Amino acid sequence: MAAGIGTAQGTSRTFQPMRLWLIAPSWLIIGFFLLIPVLVMLLFSFLTKEFRGGVIWEFSLAAYDQFLFDRGLFGDDPATLEWTYIRIFVRSIVQAAVATLLCLLIGFPTAFFIATRSPDSRSVWLFLVTVPYWVNLLIRTMSMKFLIRDNGPVNELLLALGVIDTPIAMINTDFAVQLGLFYSYLPFMVLPIYAAVERYDFSLSEAAADLYADRWTILFRVLLPVVRPGIIAGCILVFVPSLGAFLAPDLLGGAKNFMIGSLIEEQFKGNAGNWPFGAACAMILLTMVLGALIIYARQHRPAAGN
Amino acid sequence: MSGPQENCPAVEIRNVTKQFGSFIALSDVSVSIRDKEFFTLLGPSGCGKTTLLRLIAGFEDVTGGEVLLYGEDIARLPPNRRPVNTVFQHYALFPHMTVRENIGFGLKMRGITGQDAENRVNRMLDLVHLEALAERRPNQLSGGQQQRSALARAIAPGPKVLLLDEPLSALDLKLRQAMRLELKRLQQETGITFVFVTHDQEEALAMSDRIAVMSEGIVQQTGTARDIYDRPVNRFVANFIGETNLLDVEIDRRDGSVDCRLANGEIVEVESVPAGIGSTARAQLLIRPERIELLPPQAGSMRGRIIEAVYLGTDMQYLVLLRGDIRITARSQNSDAAKPQFSTGDEVAVLLGDGAARLLLH
Repeated sequence: MAAGIGTAQGTSRTFQPMRLWLIAPSWLIIGFFLLIPVLVMLLFSFLTKEFRGGVIWEFSLAAYDQFLFDRGLFGDDPATLEWTYIRIFVRSIVQAAVATLLCLLIGFPTAFFIATRSPDSRSVWLFLVTVPYWVNLLIRTMSMKFLIRDNGPVNELLLALGVIDTPIAMINTDFAVQLGLFYSYLPFMVLPIYAAVERYDFSLSEAAADLYADRWTILFRVLLPVVRPGIIAGCILVFVPSLGAFLAPDLLGGAKNFMIGSLIEEQFKGNAGNWPFGAACAMILLTMVLGALIIYARQHRPAAGN
Repeated sequence: MSGPQENCPAVEIRNVTKQFGSFIALSDVSVSIRDKEFFTLLGPSGCGKTTLLRLIAGFEDVTGGEVLLYGEDIARLPPNRRPVNTVFQHYALFPHMTVRENIGFGLKMRGITGQDAENRVNRMLDLVHLEALAERRPNQLSGGQQQRSALARAIAPGPKVLLLDEPLSALDLKLRQAMRLELKRLQQETGITFVFVTHDQEEALAMSDRIAVMSEGIVQQTGTARDIYDRPVNRFVANFIGETNLLDVEIDRRDGSVDCRLANGEIVEVESVPAGIGSTARAQLLIRPERIELLPPQAGSMRGRIIEAVYLGTDMQYLVLLRGDIRITARSQNSDAAKPQFSTGDEVAVLLGDGAARLLLH
């Protein structure tokens, strides 16, 4: 036994340099496509803006100042707190949270349903979940816009059935944005929860029933806690991209329902171009998301036994 | 809660049938399990023993028949309303709870909380010797410790009947043997009726007050360990429990005793004859290997030749070829140096002690 362990360690030590080489491509890709761009953004957010895009290589806190404070049209009034961007952030967080909750409410039963089918039909159902991804997100969002506009098929159908007398205004509302986000990211909720439920040992539910638990107690005291890692993974995978999304808010929400993603996009494209400000917004968003994840991970570290 | 009546069986299965689609898992099974008894359902995999246990627990519905618990029909009750608890084959401990929380779960569900619940959990921890590990999670325990946690969890709510579904099958041999004694002790200390499912005949013989041998959805025989080993009612039971020589014989009935003529013409005497055998009939003779005595050739009239001798530690096992190409297996304990030892090729006399041979109808 001891000899066996010794040999195993010896082997891994022999292959140590080899292992570094094997990991190297991943590190290169992460470094090149993730770390460097983030550092560039961080740098840009502290530079001075060039009109019509670009930066001037001169240190400035103007971008962060603009986010937080209102100094009047000419920049010489006493600074008051600027609510515009904070409001956009708060609205984005609420929209993303609602979309995540919708995804969870629909995604969990869906995942549970798929995971409890026979192994053969499971792959068919999973395939169906991924089918929408064969079509570009932009096109899918445009079709959604077409479907829910005032004289679109949904309203026409409801009118024809006599359910409503006048078309429901769905387009350019919060509802439209949430629907768009929900539709775009639902599979990200379904797949991790499916993976967790598929591994769930249903004799745990039997054991709970055997110990006098009713259905709801089994769901909330046993099933949900055991598959919680999958639920959390799904929520993160939906919430984070929803927060930064710009397609759904742009196409379905209209100008009134501006979200962080659109705000940032606007700074890098078109005439509003203000690269340092866009970079600063992205950094603030990134910091918030990372901070939330770190706090979460800290709090739940003791439970991470399995 | 009304106390169980004296003579009322703990569990009574009456003409129970269970079908899964077109597959018949249990067909017209009737079993009566007594109060405070260690009862074992024994059979090969797929014989329906686990299905029967799950019917008692309530995880499956009967297709037909009745399941009575102390005289009360529970066949239509959901599992959470049956006063029985189960120890699962792979324990099914809740992974997100500590051992203490696992054991307390059933108590909490029954509305027992506070000091009362804590005392009971502590008593359970003491009973299965897990006090020191109470705050651990299941994945931090060894197989044996998980096993004992599962037992404590199932016993804690004070079930009338404890159902055990092959609880020892996931343990290694040494631990399995230790747990047998432990289970027996627990059963005697708690006075709970145990219904134990296993495919391991040794386990069944070692622990059970009574055993039901099952195969193909039917109870073949119910009785004490001695009943089913010494007096199996049919070939299946005889073959499944222990090793057996089964020899075709013709029966000759005389007043008092019965002669059985082997295919080679030799005569074996048996004492008791199952009812329903005519004066002459074909039947099978069952002889346990350890009931056959081998002696030097001059000591008896039935002769044979050793064609295989295997040393098994505690025993010697011999394969003996009789006249007429009849093969029988004999075992003798290596307990006495004075006992004759044989090797391959030796001529021997084959002696059957009183009651060694038993007749089985075809």
